Order: sequence, then structure tokens, then C-alpha cells
Amino acid sequence: MGRYFGRYGGQFVPETLIPAMKELEAGYLKFKDDDGFREELEYYLREYAGRETPLYFAKRLSAELGGAKIYIKREDLLHTGAHKINNALGQALLAKRMGKKRIIAETGAGQHGVASATVAALLGLECEVYMGKVDTQRQALNVFRMKLLGAKVNVVETGSQTLKDAVNDALRDYTANFSDTHYLLGSALGPHPYPTMVRDFQSVIGREAREQILEAQGKLPDCLIACVGGGSNAIGLFYPFLDTHVKMIGVEAGGNGKKHAARLGGKGRVGILHGMISYLLEDSNGQIEETHSVSAGLDYPAVGPEHCELMDAGRVSYVSALDSEALEAFHLLSSTEGIIPALESAHAVAHALKVAKEMGGEESIIINLSGRGDKDVEQVKKMEDSGKREVEK
Amino acid sequence: MRIEKMFSALKERGVGAFMPYVCCGDPSAEFTLALIEKLVGNGADAIELGIPFSDPIADGKTIQAASSRALDSGMTPLKALGIVSEVRKRGIEVPILIMAYYNIVYANGGREFLKKVKEAGADGMIVPDAPLEESSELRKLCSDAGIDLIYFITPNCPDSRLKEIASVAKGFLYAVAVLGITGEREVVAPEAIALVERARKVTALPVVVGFGISKPSHATSLMRAGGSGIIVGSAIVNLYSKHVGEEFDSTEALEEIGEFAKSMKGALSGK
Repeated sequence: MGRYFGRYGGQFVPETLIPAMKELEAGYLKFKDDDGFREELEYYLREYAGRETPLYFAKRLSAELGGAKIYIKREDLLHTGAHKINNALGQALLAKRMGKKRIIAETGAGQHGVASATVAALLGLECEVYMGKVDTQRQALNVFRMKLLGAKVNVVETGSQTLKDAVNDALRDYTANFSDTHYLLGSALGPHPYPTMVRDFQSVIGREAREQILEAQGKLPDCLIACVGGGSNAIGLFYPFLDTHVKMIGVEAGGNGKKHAARLGGKGRVGILHGMISYLLEDSNGQIEETHSVSAGLDYPAVGPEHCELMDAGRVSYVSALDSEALEAFHLLSSTEGIIPALESAHAVAHALKVAKEMGGEESIIINLSGRGDKDVEQVKKMEDSGKREVEK
Repeated sequence: MRIEKMFSALKERGVGAFMPYVCCGDPSAEFTLALIEKLVGNGADAIELGIPFSDPIADGKTIQAASSRALDSGMTPLKALGIVSEVRKRGIEVPILIMAYYNIVYANGGREFLKKVKEAGADGMIVPDAPLEESSELRKLCSDAGIDLIYFITPNCPDSRLKEIASVAKGFLYAVAVLGITGEREVVAPEAIALVERARKVTALPVVVGFGISKPSHATSLMRAGGSGIIVGSAIVNLYSKHVGEEFDSTEALEEIGEFAKSMKGALSGK
């Protein structure tokens, strides 16, 4: 298995973690094509998580915009409310086969923490989740959910007290405890083999979408749009279409215009964080900068290495949507289709609104609706009650 | 050259190297200079000078806190090299190793940065997130700049990997005493002793032990196993950080650290 995507990726971890990475890679290679493992994963994805998810034709939204037909891949309908469960199930089943008793995870918004706590409960594994203090305050309900599911939530009070610091602490825990512990990393990033393994577990999204769109309209779509935090829902949708000519757009968090999390598209620099070479937001000395987004799930200073390669190759274009644009899209999708999107996914919707208008009625777009907005309703209400369209950090 | 000379001189005398870690800029550049002088004056054979990084994944709570105080004080990679120059100007000639996470080296120009490291008067680089697999470019750049790239070995390294690392390493091997991150521990784990013994069998390079080393008794047992020295970090940070506050009077902290250094050096000398 290659460690790199072009010049990005790699395995920049302390020597102590190298045996763990080698063991994980060997375990993944052993089981990924194993019939028993695949059947077990498919069983849980179908019977427990609720796959396959619909590819829904958003008729009213398409009509409202008067351009391309908009299809929505409904990952929001999955158990626990987001695509995160695809990867959590895959990794937890793998961990179990590798003889691990305990899983640890990082979480930003809490979706991946909830997914990890859920699969741990399902499979009888011990679970600890690292979450930045700022995020535990923004997403207090998810903290309660994880506890309800039997997980221990470790509040991270170092650094910016957000997702990147939660990753740091999870890596530290893993370094000390990997003999019985699996680190269930939540996105297609980090040291090899995570970017490849997480992409593979999330690719079920694109495989289904490709079949579904062919069934629905007899031809491939013209454009795929997904939000990019770490980038796992986007790579999951894009990967099975890479051998086609379908246009692909990743949407990063443009924040409030000044502070943002747009690492690709010219604002970031190539650097090394969390075990990989990727585009980063850093200051001129190489210290990692704090990012900002209305959605905690996009609030991360690095990005999955495969996205960096796809950008360099010109295969995927990366754009950003502002907090305010995401909030408008959040409202529009709710009121025209009765679907409340996660604020992360609302960034993808926001960009689709711009693109669809420029396209003809014979053309089509698939938006990956990576998560549902229930977790964000309270936050949006608070912001709008106080007359602001920006969340304060 | 300084590193090699130091180890051979100590070996002749049958004494182990005391190589304290100093977090550059915690809580101020002035204190870092005073601390280095105090440590060298009380027996330190080399200094590991850490450039603070915002995301130090190999470090425990003590050094994380030290790094963030150092960043708050305005410490930067280039200012840290300025401190190295200043130390040399003051006539301190012990080897100096720069500890920096890879992104610091990368973001500051890689080759150019390592040239500046050399020009400032440092002798080696310790990069905790550059394992063997990802180190060939860095090794070449260090070698071009004329400084040693120090490699880590860990208790879970099989002998074959120890050999592979030893075959490319320069200066000394940095043996990690625990399966985990930096921070004080009560006793030296048996696997640390075993690691030193295993390394001794596959390489002639000096083996220096760090992570969790904080007491003279730790030094004694590691020397018996064939170690060439110890690196102490968190224990020293803990000695002064309790005094760090709005009015940081460093005198008392430095006194305590001087005594601590003497006791460690004593243990390494078999006293």
C-alpha cells in the first residue's frame, strides 16, 4: 500500500507509533477483501445503519433555482445522523478482528464521537472520546449522547481547545495504549493508512450514488458537490467517479471572510500536521493557526492528503462558502424540501445554489448531504435570536 | 564533532552524559539563557533546546504547557536560533541539539533553516515526528548542513529495526524509555533497560535514554544497563514552572535546578 498521494500524506508519527501503524496496515490489508469481514460490514451497514441511502431528486429546489436537476445523496438519513457511521462501523469491526478491546476517537462537532460511541456500544467495546472544551460547550447535547451510549468523554483544554487539539490528545493516548486500543480516526486524514482506509469505508457513498443516478436518468451526473472538513464525505462520494469525466467540487468553510478554514484554493501552505503532509493554515513561523467556521465539523486546519493531490492534478476544484451563505442554504433546503441539513453539508448546498443556476435543465448535480441538521438547530436559533449570522468562538 | 568528542571524553572517564531538555522561551528568552548557564555550570554535558510548536503530539502535559507559555512569550524558531548564538557567544561549548517538530523545519525553509541551525552553533537535530520511513530527505539536508540527525529507538522496536535505524543514525541513539509520551514517571520500566541492552548489542553509537527520566536512581540503573547518558525534560520544567506567575522570581527556581542537576550528574558519575 502506498503511503503517499502524490507528494502528500506519509506517516509522520513518533517512532513509538510506527509498530501500531504497521499493525493497522497489515490488519486492514488482511481483512479488507476478506469475505467474512465484508459480509459483516455490509450486514451492519444495511441492518443497523440504514444503507442504502436514497438519492433523492430535489424537485422543488431544482425548480426554484431554474437550472440543473439537483439530486441529494441522503447520508443524513443514516443512524446517528451522518456519514460518519460508515467509517466508524468499518474501523470498529476491523479493530475487533484485530483483537482490540478499546477504541478512542476525536470529535469536533460530536458526530464522529457519537458514531464511535454507538458502534462501541453495538460491538461491546470500551470507548473514550477526546473533544475540545470549546466544542463541548458548542455541542453539549452530543456530549450527553456519548455518555448515554456508555463512552467516556475527555475534555481537551490545551491549545485552541477544538478538533485539532482533540486529535493531538487521541494520538498521545494511542501512543501509550495501542496494544489493546484502536484509534478510530474520523476522517480521511492523519498518518497512513488512515486516509486510504477511511476513503475506502466511505466510498460506499459514491458507489451507491453512481448506480442510483444511472437508474434515475440513464446517464452520469454533470457535477458532484460535497463539503470538505477533513474530507471524508467528499472523497467517499468522489472516489468511485474518478474514472469518469464528471466535474467535482469540494466546498471548504469560508468562515466570516476574515477567519476561515479554507486550506485549499490558495490560502493554505504545504506543511506537516497530524502525521501527514497536506495543506495547512499556519503562521509564517509554522505554528498552526486557529480556524473558524460556523460548523464545528469543518473547523480544522489541515485537510486529507488525497484532496491535495486531486487539487494539484486539477481533477477536483475547491471553493469555499461563507458562514452566511451556509446559513441561507440551511434555510432554503429546509423550507423548499423539508430537509434540515447539517451546517457542514449546508456549505455544499450553498455552492450548489450558485452552480445550478448557471446550468441547463438537462444537466444534473449530486450534492452529498453528509449529515442532518438536528444538532445545529439550537445553535442557529441562538445566533438568529441575537441577530447575528456568525457564531462567536 | 562536539557530540562525538563529548561522548568519547565521558567514556574515557566512565561517566554518563547529562543532557537536559530546555523549552526555549518558557517563560522568557532571558530565563532560557539563565537556565542553560545554570545547567551547564552544574554538570550538563549537552543541551537539548526545544523550539516550541503549537501541536506537540509526542509531549505530555508538562511540556505542552511549557510550549504554550513559550509561544505566548513570543518565541519563534529564528529567535530560538538567536539564543543558540548567544549561548555560544557566552563561551558555552557543550553540544546543543535542536528539538523541533517537522513542520517547524519545513515551514522555515528546510535546507535554509538547517543551515541557520548550523551557523547559530548547534550540532544536531531531534525531530520527533520524523520516523525512519519519513526521514531520508531530512537526513540528507542535515548532513549537507553539517549537523547530526538524531534517531529515536523505542521498546517496541524489533532488533531488525534497531539495526536499520542504527545504520543511518548519527551522534547517538535517543532511546525512548516508555511506550508513550514525555512526562515524569516513578520508576524506569524494565523494557527501557532491555532496550538499552538490546541496542548495545547492535551498535557502537552511544545510547541516551529519555522520556520519564527524572531521578538519580533512574540514571544509575540505566548506566548499569550500558546507557551512555540521559535526557531529562519534564522534571526540570516542573521545578521552575511552579514558580512561574505574574512575578516570576527565577532565583529560587534556578537554585533548585542547580542542585537537581548536580544530583543527576553525580548519579551518572557513579557517585
